[in-house]
Amino acid sequence: MIDLTKLKPGECGFVVEIQGGEGFTSRIQSMGIRPGKRITKVSSHFWGGPQTIKIDNMKVAIGFGMAKKIFIEREKNGKDSISR
Amino acid sequence: MEKILLVGNPNVGKSAIFSRLTGAKVVVSNYPGTTVEFLQGRMKIGRARPMVVDVPGTYSLEPTSKVEEVTVEMIKEGDVAINIIDATNLERNLYLTLQLLEKKVPVIVVLNMWDDTKHKGIDIDVGKLEEKLGVPVIPTCALTGVGIKELVERLPEAKIIKAQSSSESQKWKKIGEIVNEVQTLTHHHHTFLQHLEDLSIKPLTGLPIAAGVLFCAFLVVRFIGENLISYIFEPLFEKVWLPIIMKLSLVLGGGGFLHNVFIGNLIDGTVDFGQSFGLLSTGLFVPLAMVLPYIFSFYLVLGFLEDFGYLPRLAVMADNVMHRVGLHGYAIIPMILGLGCNVPGALATRLLEGKREKFIAATLMAITVPCMAQIAMIVGLVGQRGGRYLLIIFFTLFALWIIKGLILNRVLKGESPAILVEVPPYRMPQTKAVFKKLWMRVFWFLKEALPFVLLGVLFVNVLYALKVIDYIAGIFAPVLTGLWGLPKEAIAALVVGFLRKDVAVGMLGPLNLTTKQLVVGCTILAVYFPCIATFTVLVRELGLKDMLKAALIMIMVALLVGSTLNLVL
Repeated sequence: MIDLTKLKPGECGFVVEIQGGEGFTSRIQSMGIRPGKRITKVSSHFWGGPQTIKIDNMKVAIGFGMAKKIFIEREKNGKDSISR
Repeated sequence: MEKILLVGNPNVGKSAIFSRLTGAKVVVSNYPGTTVEFLQGRMKIGRARPMVVDVPGTYSLEPTSKVEEVTVEMIKEGDVAINIIDATNLERNLYLTLQLLEKKVPVIVVLNMWDDTKHKGIDIDVGKLEEKLGVPVIPTCALTGVGIKELVERLPEAKIIKAQSSSESQKWKKIGEIVNEVQTLTHHHHTFLQHLEDLSIKPLTGLPIAAGVLFCAFLVVRFIGENLISYIFEPLFEKVWLPIIMKLSLVLGGGGFLHNVFIGNLIDGTVDFGQSFGLLSTGLFVPLAMVLPYIFSFYLVLGFLEDFGYLPRLAVMADNVMHRVGLHGYAIIPMILGLGCNVPGALATRLLEGKREKFIAATLMAITVPCMAQIAMIVGLVGQRGGRYLLIIFFTLFALWIIKGLILNRVLKGESPAILVEVPPYRMPQTKAVFKKLWMRVFWFLKEALPFVLLGVLFVNVLYALKVIDYIAGIFAPVLTGLWGLPKEAIAALVVGFLRKDVAVGMLGPLNLTTKQLVVGCTILAVYFPCIATFTVLVRELGLKDMLKAALIMIMVALLVGSTLNLVL
């Protein structure tokens, strides 16, 4: 299990856990980012910049600190199969 | 049916539906948070004229933030809730739907962006979804108007389900079941726009793209603005309008108070549109021939970028820099809107979560982001002396933005929240929609700005006639001449700057300033205080106390920057 910032652009994985206060977790979850969802990392910006992910048909930019609290199970050889 | 609410996630097209239902002219863009004000308007259904309310977008109804709290309160008062769903993101959108179905309000669901589902390989069985949810579901495409008629016809079918309240995980489970049953996905290949989407959000390709987009935007704004001025507006004033007001000047006797108010001072026996300062000469020339062309070109380019969906990507690219000044990337949106006019810029600070962030963004914008009207005047006036002087002014403002941001970030207690924003797909802007929005903004400028410009010019004439300017000039002479190296008459520009910054910059014209004085004067006019319209909005947004703090900072900055430039240049 790694946090979202460790996932490399192009890699896929499943959300395992979202840590942090209730306000944060429910905010993230209401956007559709919740345990069990498959995500693809799109990009990662330098110097603790935002992380962008694709989830279903949506792209979300997440601040570095927040991304650190989202834990992912990396998918082996997981290519972006739902390339939409 | 008295009150109809439009409820949905951010950037699903609520404002587009609102505009279709009410016929009201509202700004519609492709980024989350376009609507920060509550929009209300009446629609017509037969004889009834119910009120439609465009509720700001929210992902959930758990009152964790202010927007959500307000939404929950509003739902209690609604007679019907139209739940607008982005059909290409069914799963996420249904969460709010299920929450809504637990409330005591009749619900009708709209599957907007229906046209997008086809080329994204998404197929939704509308009939089955209706059955699963228990309320009517209508596919629409608000931008083209498809489905709106059916929505209006079926509004009375909206139903209260009053579903048993369930937990978050129960809801997601149910959503999973629904989506599995009604939605089928087919694989499809990336389109050109989707490739571009990915490229513009990766750092290595995204940063050059951002630089390129901004540079091109600048070039296009300048190209259109300059050509409109030199081929249309200036000739119109010089060839058509000048002879008419010269005749009027004769009728008014070539001098005296009335002549000064309407025509202004004759320069070498004729009207000089830049310097005469009468209501019908400079009063019309400044807003129509110098500012309007740039307003037009700026909002044309901005509208295109907004509808294309570029702004959230720019926000992601800018996030790193913005964090240094205590903001996150999305705060670039108030800055960019502020370049058009500081009033919508100040309103857009509502996009930001915290009070601290709002304060930093609002003061940075009000002090160092000049509006397009002011920029147009500075370009018109200083540009004649050489492009590098323009560079000095804009570089100073940019440096101020950074320095002030760094200081505020240090001094103000607390931390700024991180960015968390949905990045919408690119969409080819529709010509009709872009021009409709452009027309709304240009019209808004004419309606809101023109009266203030004329008032400003009238005000100057009256103050001069009453010798008030001479009196104030005497008082402020030490600051103006001593610190800033400006002639004391420049105080008139500072006074008028409260009303309109463009007129104020224009007033530096007749003073025969040296280039250095002009640069100092323009920079001070940009930073010393916001215009009255911006000031009013900022008081409302920040509260009087914080606004006074901000005003104090502004005056200090003006004193400091003015004297520094005076020493350095």
